[in-house]
Amino acid sequence: MSEKVMMKGNEAIAEAAILAGLRHYFGYPITPQTEVAAYMAKKMPKIGGTFLQAESEIAAINMVYGVAATGKPAMTSSSSPGIALKCEGISYLAGCDLPALIVNVQRGGPGLGGIQPSQSDYYLATRGPGHGDFHVLVFAPASVQEMADLTGRAMHLAWKYRMPAMLLADGTLGQMMEPVVLPEPSNAYGEDNPWATTGTQMKRPHNIVNSLELAPETLEKNNIARFERYRKIEETEPLWEEYLMDDAEICIVSYGITARISRNAIVEARKQGIKVGMIRPITLWPFPKEPLAAAADKVRSFLCVEINMGQMKDDLELAIKCRKPVDLCYRVGGMIPTPDEVLEHIKKLAEGEE
Amino acid sequence: MVVFEKPHALTDAVLHYCPGCTHGIVHRLVAEAIDELGIEGRTIGIAPVGCSVFAYNYFNCDMIEAAHGRAPAVATGVKRSLPENIVFSYQGDGDLASIGLCETVSTASRGENITIIFINNAIYGMTGGQMAPTSLIGQVTQTSPYGRDPKTQGYPIRICELLSTLEAPAYLERVAVNNVKNVRRAKKAILKAFQNQVDGKGFSLVEVLSACPTNWGMTPQKALEWIDEAMIPQYPLGVYRDKEAE
Repeated sequence: MSEKVMMKGNEAIAEAAILAGLRHYFGYPITPQTEVAAYMAKKMPKIGGTFLQAESEIAAINMVYGVAATGKPAMTSSSSPGIALKCEGISYLAGCDLPALIVNVQRGGPGLGGIQPSQSDYYLATRGPGHGDFHVLVFAPASVQEMADLTGRAMHLAWKYRMPAMLLADGTLGQMMEPVVLPEPSNAYGEDNPWATTGTQMKRPHNIVNSLELAPETLEKNNIARFERYRKIEETEPLWEEYLMDDAEICIVSYGITARISRNAIVEARKQGIKVGMIRPITLWPFPKEPLAAAADKVRSFLCVEINMGQMKDDLELAIKCRKPVDLCYRVGGMIPTPDEVLEHIKKLAEGEE
Repeated sequence: MVVFEKPHALTDAVLHYCPGCTHGIVHRLVAEAIDELGIEGRTIGIAPVGCSVFAYNYFNCDMIEAAHGRAPAVATGVKRSLPENIVFSYQGDGDLASIGLCETVSTASRGENITIIFINNAIYGMTGGQMAPTSLIGQVTQTSPYGRDPKTQGYPIRICELLSTLEAPAYLERVAVNNVKNVRRAKKAILKAFQNQVDGKGFSLVEVLSACPTNWGMTPQKALEWIDEAMIPQYPLGVYRDKEAE
């Protein structure tokens, strides 16, 4: 398994999920993630798994809910407008403390929007995609390799913490081909899931998977208990990568495809003598607040590079408690900044600081 | 000698249903079927959103509470995950015939090997008596205060007839629970709908015409009569699909 293979990002997600033990996939066609479903449609019948093209995004997430209730890994994938439709189901998964993997290969919005890449579902993903107080784990891959690695990680952690996880990619990452080393086979879910509805076998009281609680005192308690679990996750699970941060005076904060573009811009800026580095969040929830707060002690300013109107900028300003200025370099609607555009922004910042 | 006892598949929980409501009868018939087939230990039930939302407290088998209308999709997921288990959903008319109609038709069309118990009482009960997709022409409800007017509110949906246009369903029958004879027929139908699943025959749905005296504004007795007088003419009882008999 250690050899490199060329794969599309969307296919890497599908294969990595199967390698982590996934046997039940439910989806609905939408650009630019249809390759995930196409891969599953080919592969699942050959390994005794389920591929089902659901009648709707809503049905797909509820089929995921059904499988999740039985204690087995379940997955659906879609793109932004489809994810909006799944939000009801994601809320129910969270309310029932069920693990599941939801892949969002984002495209531009709002509304029907476009089919080109975007990161405009940052708020939707990180604020709890659905009604009620909850979070999902959110992973932001920046390469086809990470598409594969983070898919497995998302499934493992979803099961560990009994909550939905979202892989938040974008159309570029989904469509591009890169060499990837596929992960070793694993079993993301433990065998013993005493909460699962698998039939009592007349040996135990019945299990109930449910999010309804009419007594407000109890519902409050349930919510608080869930958030205590979230606090632990915020302490232990944030992932990030630092790039040339040792002497950086400007810190770029960027994730996913824009982090790769920013990296090119940083290399060029360094050649021109500008001390710029990057902190790349890999988990968007939990957000890596700690390294960002530490960076705020050292750098003069931050630059958010995103393909949305600055949705992560809020989280960054909160993480650094607005102690340093935060600028924004963005394109939207399916447009992507070039490394030169990012470089120009870095240069402007550097000049302003001199 | 025991002459009458509670089915094992029902818990000891006290039902929350209104006086004269027929959910209790149908719960019992479902539980009797589960007992008679000896499948309680491998049965997983899906509760809807509606008056029977608390069905998860009333059946002794494992239970899942679904989002409004999504029970057939949830049941599909469960059955695909555990094909050897018995999976049923218990849904009302708002759940199955309105907000969940897409899931209902698609699940039936796929011929999922599950059992659906569909309670048609021509009204939204849990929310206090609003017009249902199955409300009758002229029926007065909170949201059709001048009577259901087909010009603006359309016509009642006949689910068994609608689903009988599909290729896949194995068994579709409409029954009522407003008198002893009809309850006995309903029992037979529900038992068959579960037996079909045990035998791997495919999608089975039993539509049960039920009474809602509270929201119909009738006495329990009058409500049972109204099923005969008003509902059955609109929703004729009988078998709409039985692949076994064909």
